[in-house]
Amino acid sequence: MKSYIIPEFLVERDDHHCIRCEVCVRQCAFDVHRYDEEEDEVFAHEDKCVGCLRCVTLCPTNALVVRDNPTRVPANANWTREVLHNIYKQAETGGVLLTGMGCDKEYRNYWDRITLDASQVTNPSIDPLREPMELRTYLGSKPDAVEIGGGRGRHELETRLAPQLRLETPIMFSALSYGAISYNTCECLARAAAEVGTCYNTGEGGLHRDLYRYGGHTICQVASGRFGVHADYLEAAAALEIKIGQGAKPGIGGHLPGEKVSEEISRTRMIPKGTDALSPAPHHDIYSIEDLAQLIYALKEATGWQKPVSVKIAAVHNSAAIASGMVRAGADIIALDGIRGGTGAAPTMIRDNVGIPIELALAAVDARLREEGIRNRASVVVAGGIRSSADVVKAVALGADAVYIGTAALVALGCHVCQKCYTGKCNWGIATQDPYLTKRLNPEVGTRRLVNLLTAWSHEIMEILGGMGINAIESLRGNRLRLRGVGLTREELDMLGIKHAGA
Amino acid sequence: MEQKKKEWSQKPGWVKENPPPAEKKSGEKSGANEEEEVGKEMKIEIDHHAALPGVFVRKNGKVQIDAGQLHYRELNNMVKGAVAEGTEEIELDNIYGQRYIGSGIRKPVKIVVHGVPGNDLGAFMDGPKIIVERNAQDGVGNTMNNGTIVVHGRAGDIVGMGMRGGKIFIKESVGYRAAIHMKEYRKHMPVLVVGGETQDFLGEYMAGGIVIALGLTANGDSRFTARHIGTGMHGGLIFIRGEVEEHQLGKEAACEPASRDDIAAIRPYVEEYVDYFGGNADDILSSRFIRLWPRSSRPFEGLYAY
Repeated sequence: MKSYIIPEFLVERDDHHCIRCEVCVRQCAFDVHRYDEEEDEVFAHEDKCVGCLRCVTLCPTNALVVRDNPTRVPANANWTREVLHNIYKQAETGGVLLTGMGCDKEYRNYWDRITLDASQVTNPSIDPLREPMELRTYLGSKPDAVEIGGGRGRHELETRLAPQLRLETPIMFSALSYGAISYNTCECLARAAAEVGTCYNTGEGGLHRDLYRYGGHTICQVASGRFGVHADYLEAAAALEIKIGQGAKPGIGGHLPGEKVSEEISRTRMIPKGTDALSPAPHHDIYSIEDLAQLIYALKEATGWQKPVSVKIAAVHNSAAIASGMVRAGADIIALDGIRGGTGAAPTMIRDNVGIPIELALAAVDARLREEGIRNRASVVVAGGIRSSADVVKAVALGADAVYIGTAALVALGCHVCQKCYTGKCNWGIATQDPYLTKRLNPEVGTRRLVNLLTAWSHEIMEILGGMGINAIESLRGNRLRLRGVGLTREELDMLGIKHAGA
Repeated sequence: MEQKKKEWSQKPGWVKENPPPAEKKSGEKSGANEEEEVGKEMKIEIDHHAALPGVFVRKNGKVQIDAGQLHYRELNNMVKGAVAEGTEEIELDNIYGQRYIGSGIRKPVKIVVHGVPGNDLGAFMDGPKIIVERNAQDGVGNTMNNGTIVVHGRAGDIVGMGMRGGKIFIKESVGYRAAIHMKEYRKHMPVLVVGGETQDFLGEYMAGGIVIALGLTANGDSRFTARHIGTGMHGGLIFIRGEVEEHQLGKEAACEPASRDDIAAIRPYVEEYVDYFGGNADDILSSRFIRLWPRSSRPFEGLYAY
């Protein structure tokens, strides 16, 4: 069938610069570039280009430019190119539209409408390069009160604390499962987390046996498919996370297509090679808060009450009530994933239309838990569109204990957010299992890039805190007075629990 | 992680000072947790209960626990303590719905349960043999990896959910969604044998393993009435003694009469069932069996527009 889809990108090659080295030909897994020996020329199949810019980045002579195709469909506010493109695609295949990464629609980004405070004259600012600055964060249930005993100059904590996850910076790597991403990417995340003293998350794809050594920095997920969940896995983890939902696809399950279930993935997920790995939409042992409590305590029992148990949900309309139930069900950590949260594959319509922005969900959950007097009983971790250290600081001031970053971490590894993760042809060697592609991501280099990113963000966070006259991230947590909204409506300000700038 | 991390503010180059942890054998506990001051086990007071006469008794190498007054945490703590000591057989008396019995235990200990255990019996367990003298509740063998569970009565919903290995024998009937998302992997081959009937959604999402439903009910051989059997099934086999109609099956399950080879393959499990609960394996196996298997190991192939 002739496809009616107009190429999204144009590939322009400067013939004077091009030295026919064929780097672009070799680098593109989508087979855009083709070298014709007879003509001694390199051609491009522009209809195959996804805009990942691998060829542009690696071209030694900068001969390539990939740009948006200026050919537009007739101007129409409703029937845009994307809409037409989707319909053509479905008319040609009869399939559900798939996409990768997070929602790219223009829902208001509240981080960009919130500004931070700084000290001037009174309460002087602090220079973090010279003065102590504390970013260390403990995730887990905190007691209602602490009792100090001892006496004669010796003081001891008498209250027994619930298990805590210690982070040197309030930034963790989001759940990215082995299968969605390559082994090398998993290794980069694990090593970077260990080096920095934070945690990464296995996602639901199990834990590769070579990564058990980083167990102390691993949050092991227990999702509806229970892939790779066995005693060693539970024991290896620093914390466990029950995945109920994910921001990119709230309420639906997922599946790893059989062609991606290689020998290694089969071993890690503990399923036969080449079969579809289906994750049902719900956990079939969780139909209520009581059932959730049952699984939380089953995991605590199975691991000797030594590890905090997190529960991750997608941010949806009634997140606050659900979060309250989760805390009462015994969750030590609540992870919220907003509508901009990424994914390796999700139906486009779900990704772009289901869920709510994380800023609003966070504000609602934090406020609700405070109202009910149970905020201390669980830590709140937010995910879904954290792009910079400023976003992290704003999230903490809105009430988060820590954040998860997924997309930002992948971008640090080379991802250009082309949203084609589901094809398994990632030219950057991230969202693929093709050995020819995965070797492009060197674990040493990738680890350095991630460590650098967290180092840079952490220093920026310290600078911002210093500017506010605060010397510990703990002092900012939930301190919404240090936030102001710009250009937000009364309702939005109320929802976020912040004042408008100027007030 | 012997090296203590320097404060960032004192040392901007902090990350380089912290080498990645040394390689450890898989499954070994990470050293990072041991230095944690706050990560210590939340010990619960069991002593005053354990010390009560008759609650925790060692005799002839066995341990006997009277669980009548015990919370599940106290009970399971005692069980785990006994297992850690090397006890090979534990008898639990007066069990009234305590949850998670045997959960997470990784030794081939024998646990005899007198009474009705609560939900998630043997969840995540890897090796024990649990014998329940009466009925069991929901979630028997949830995500279990290895071991055996024998229930001399009925069991509730989601028996063997996400089970990856080991065997479960239920004398009578089970509830809804038995063997949901059961999966096999190499030497791990989970087996669920149900003496009576099952409710709807038997073997939903099933990805591996064997389910055998014998339909031995008190009033002789009644019809197997469950619906949506094998919905979303993409691996494994279900054997049902008797007949089912086409409309009782999920669309992903295919059905045909069991062959002589099939019967030979399930014989050891039926014999084991008979060993536990009585009956005659030859009689049971001489009746008609049907075999259900997945139409595809890729049920969602072609669903998406790539």
